[in-house]
Amino acid sequence: MLAIAGTVPDQKFPLITGEVSMEDDKICIQGKRIHVNRGTPALMAAAVKAGQVMGKSELFGYLVGDIGLGDGSRKLYEYLTKDLGQSGFSGITFHYLQPDVDWHNRVLFAIEEMVKQPVLIADAGFMYAAKMSGQAAAYDLFTPDAGELAFLADEIAPHPFYTRGFILQDEKRVPDLIKRAYAHKNASRFLLVKGEKDYLADKDGIKATIDSPACEAMEAIGGTGDTITGIVAALIESGMEISKAAIVAAKANRLAGYYACPTPATQVIEIIKHIPRALEEILRRETP
Amino acid sequence: MSFFDFLKPKKEKKSPKSDQDRGILVFEHTSEVIRAESVLKASGWKIRVMGPPPEIQNGCDLVIEFPLIEELNILRILRKAEISPKKTVPVSGPLLRPVDLFQIKDFGQHLMVRAANMKLTVEKKTLNIVNISGGGCPDVPYLAHEMVGKSLSEAPSPREIGHTLCGYALQLAYEEMRRQCSQ
Repeated sequence: MLAIAGTVPDQKFPLITGEVSMEDDKICIQGKRIHVNRGTPALMAAAVKAGQVMGKSELFGYLVGDIGLGDGSRKLYEYLTKDLGQSGFSGITFHYLQPDVDWHNRVLFAIEEMVKQPVLIADAGFMYAAKMSGQAAAYDLFTPDAGELAFLADEIAPHPFYTRGFILQDEKRVPDLIKRAYAHKNASRFLLVKGEKDYLADKDGIKATIDSPACEAMEAIGGTGDTITGIVAALIESGMEISKAAIVAAKANRLAGYYACPTPATQVIEIIKHIPRALEEILRRETP
Repeated sequence: MSFFDFLKPKKEKKSPKSDQDRGILVFEHTSEVIRAESVLKASGWKIRVMGPPPEIQNGCDLVIEFPLIEELNILRILRKAEISPKKTVPVSGPLLRPVDLFQIKDFGQHLMVRAANMKLTVEKKTLNIVNISGGGCPDVPYLAHEMVGKSLSEAPSPREIGHTLCGYALQLAYEEMRRQCSQ
């Protein structure tokens, strides 16, 4: 089963774990219904929708409230260190957690205790911690945007906020930044870089570029990166190879955006609704 | 693994010490360091007073090491106590500076400003914040929840309610957006 760990922006939200489902545009876990806007709920919603298309919709969630104080994240980190070692997840996706190198390393140790190593995906704060820890290579897939890729490429930056200006420029430099991230061992086995063009890369270079359909407004919409990560996680869980899953996810996310006819004011739930139709169409096109 | 391996006590794995997520607060006077230490420790922060790294040429003989990601929150606590650090720098690169490059994208009816990993978009006609995207710290969804749907003048600033470096990056995008919209 696929597991997803992250936070919701509500300080009073307790640490809860359990199977995740969707009802009326909200994700449901342990009887709680959570509004899907951006962040981990958007990632989970996209994974549920994609999983349904693939006939494998079971999804396990670890969620806790955190508004940036880090208290909820640390509770969840601690829980994961105790829980993951005995779990049998085939894939784990880590998301909006307060970046904390020490806790990150302890979670990675817990994963090493698992009988079978799961496919590991990291995005957002957990990806920042993975890079800072120097353990990026332990992951199968990172899903950065252009600003985050610049951070991965800057070997001394501790956070995207401190990325040096000569690195943090425009999206045209993405191929160079990918090379630089791998050269400094700050990239996972595969990178799916989200942006005006999406890039799939590994240590040997760029494997694929996805640039259509192009909806310029998507860049402004909070959560559109989270939805790609959710889709790719679900596709890998269905048995698809990581590189193919990344390409299909990037195409499906773009097509879902296209179907939503977005403006920069569109909210991500409007795009999530179109994921099943978009994914089905991409899968049809990809089938020889 | 031999049979006897089961009898050996299991070694507890320890995370290698890393200072990659730590920052340094630099002050003008030692008295400010002492006051800041008291205020932050009283608020429950794990900090330590130490000598400055060689790259830091100015300030007093002591600095405070703190969790860098939570810089915005820590600076707010110090500001309330009327303590102003001379500067804050990452331990991993004391010469690093916060981002000062902005990408501006004009969508016609909307304008987007990106600072580092954070993007803020407003409708030009109303100056309403319509979207916030990017970032990876847990205050980003919280900031989006509090700011989206409000006008630039009514919305709380990330500096007021954010806590992390992503919140800080959003503050820079917010300030640049205000500057762009006042022209």
